[in-house]
Amino acid sequence: MHDNNGMKNNVLKMENTSMQFGGVLALNNLNLDVYEGEIVGLIGPNGAGKTTAFNVVTGVYPPTNGAVYLDREILVENYPQGKMKELYSGESKGKYTVAKVLTPDRITKLRVARTFQNIRLFKDLTVYENVLIAQHVKQKSNWLFASLMMNHKEEKAMREEAMRLLEILDLVDVKEKTASSLPYGQQRHIEIARALATDPKLLLLDEPAAGMNPQESDELMHFIGRIRKDFGLSILMIEHHMQVVMGICERIYVLDYGKLIAEGSPKEIQSNKKVIEAYLGVDD
Amino acid sequence: MAFEYKRLNKTTKIILTLLLIAGCIVLTYMLDKGIIGTSYTVRIVRISVIYALIGVSMNLVNGFTGVFSLGQAGFMAIGAYTVGVLTIPLASRPNVYYLVPISEKIQDLVMPFGVALIIGGIFAAIFAALIGTPVLRLKSDYLAIATLGFSEIVRAIIANNQMWPITNGSLGLKSIPTFPSLFIPVIISTVGIAFMVLLIKSSYGRAFKAIREDEVAAEAMGINLFKHKGLSFIISAFFAGVGGGLLAAHLTAIDSNQFKIMVTYELLLIIVLGGLGSVTGTVLSSFMICSGKELLRWFDLPHSIGTWKIPIFRPGLRMVIFSLLLMTVVLFWRRGLMGRKEFSWDGIYNFLRRWPWRVRRLIRGDYSKKQEEVTPNA
Ligand SMILES: Nc1ncnc2c1ncn2[C@@H]1O[C@H](COP(=O)(O)OP(=O)(O)O)[C@@H](O)[C@H]1O
Ligand SMILES: [Mg+2]
Repeated sequence: MHDNNGMKNNVLKMENTSMQFGGVLALNNLNLDVYEGEIVGLIGPNGAGKTTAFNVVTGVYPPTNGAVYLDREILVENYPQGKMKELYSGESKGKYTVAKVLTPDRITKLRVARTFQNIRLFKDLTVYENVLIAQHVKQKSNWLFASLMMNHKEEKAMREEAMRLLEILDLVDVKEKTASSLPYGQQRHIEIARALATDPKLLLLDEPAAGMNPQESDELMHFIGRIRKDFGLSILMIEHHMQVVMGICERIYVLDYGKLIAEGSPKEIQSNKKVIEAYLGVDD
Repeated sequence: MAFEYKRLNKTTKIILTLLLIAGCIVLTYMLDKGIIGTSYTVRIVRISVIYALIGVSMNLVNGFTGVFSLGQAGFMAIGAYTVGVLTIPLASRPNVYYLVPISEKIQDLVMPFGVALIIGGIFAAIFAALIGTPVLRLKSDYLAIATLGFSEIVRAIIANNQMWPITNGSLGLKSIPTFPSLFIPVIISTVGIAFMVLLIKSSYGRAFKAIREDEVAAEAMGINLFKHKGLSFIISAFFAGVGGGLLAAHLTAIDSNQFKIMVTYELLLIIVLGGLGSVTGTVLSSFMICSGKELLRWFDLPHSIGTWKIPIFRPGLRMVIFSLLLMTVVLFWRRGLMGRKEFSWDGIYNFLRRWPWRVRRLIRGDYSKKQEEVTPNA
């Protein structure tokens, strides 16, 4: 299946990306691609470096070494500097010489959105406000105009867009509820809705099915499939529920101790020796 | 028998609001003309509205943006001195600057109060913009300490030798013209607070709240942390400067000791008591604390039972009691009067309705139903 990926647009490319925290090499020389319209899985035991990979793509940390491309354009690039010059123990040392770092808000504006492993909704705000805040990215008028309500067309458009999104995602019933008052599974949905409100082309989901029962994760699977189509997304997803990963991902990357140990279709991964070894003794 | 939250209809609310506004205007008029209250009452109302404005400005940063800043006294000092220097009448200047003459550059510069007030606000905002770049990159506690430090630096600069020709150093400024009418501080504060309310309700205000709730998530929503924190910080400083200017006109005489850290703590008490993240709470608690402080003066006076003079009543007791009240609030009433809620007619209506309902329940001994109390989450 991934043979014809070469024809498709390479939405995300992580190239020799490494992330080292002090002496801990959380990510070592990761090469990963997401092509347009794909749902790609990123799996691996706890502490393998999956969330770190997301944090590098979204600008939470600049990588220690390596580059990340969005639509073939450089998003971030870095090489070991300062203390890391000596300390860096990963591969591809000396290959990169440019330091280009963007803050997470800039990367979001380039249409990359994410959710968090431990849900990070704006807890005390309503579901509607959570989604509405994401519309701020599109705000054109300055603070003085906005305060003096001279932008009510724009304000109205933002509110309508937030409402439209809640309608599409079946969240109208809970729109006035405080985010933290809702059940866990629903909070996960709302976090995805909020991410969609920033109008992404690439969506990163960090363990979206965590804490869900089989029926809920089944629903989530359909939900993810649906938003990919409706919003024209490419999705990179970290997930532990094998049922979800195998059911929905077209390709899977497997990380262990920061290193890529396998890559392929769900079938290939399921029968891969290294993967089975990595997961041995790790109860899901 | 659950408590049912009922809403008032729109017309009722509009009428009530208009009545409230009319009531405030009439009250201000009567106080101003001396029909009710004394000049002492007028002073308390004046200081309350000024502190309400500065309190809301502080709440904008601390309560709405979640940035723990303690620099308000410094911004107030900048506004107060700007207004002082620019509005003291020419004739009084030799009397004010009797030790070191006023600088030639400003000796003939007199501005109308309104203009001076805005310039004061702008100076405070510029100062905030300058210190914002390093300070806003710090994390909460460090940020608080840094802003506190800058606020003390402002005071030190004002009292500095080289500043005498402008600030009159440790002698302070006097003969600052006061308000011709109570309406002036009331209107200026109201306009300032109204502006901040509109800002909070705008998309920028929502971004501030997002930062308060979760910085990492806010950034992931495309909100530039530094830009928005800076915006909130600078606007807050502007209104603290304007408030300081009003204070200068209220007091007519100022010196740098009036802008010590204690002022910031008093403001902190106001916003914590009112509710971090509540504008109406801040206004309410500003009135409570400003008048409370005056009422507590009773404790500073000597009192006796018969011929025995009670030893604890002496100057300073007031502040002890004040501090005890503060601690009580912080310990038992952590979210303040209003929490993050705002005053609403529906809220008042249901608050009043709930009391008879509670009493009835108590009479019936119907405690178990407590869970059924339903409040919609809006
Ligand atoms: N900010 C950080 N500082 C230091 N170490 C970190 C940091 N973030 C992650 N790590 C370390 O990196 C490794 C990978 O973590 P993470 O990416 O969260 O794993 P996963 O998401 O695959 O469970 C862990 O050993 C973790 O302790
Ligand atoms: Mg993780």
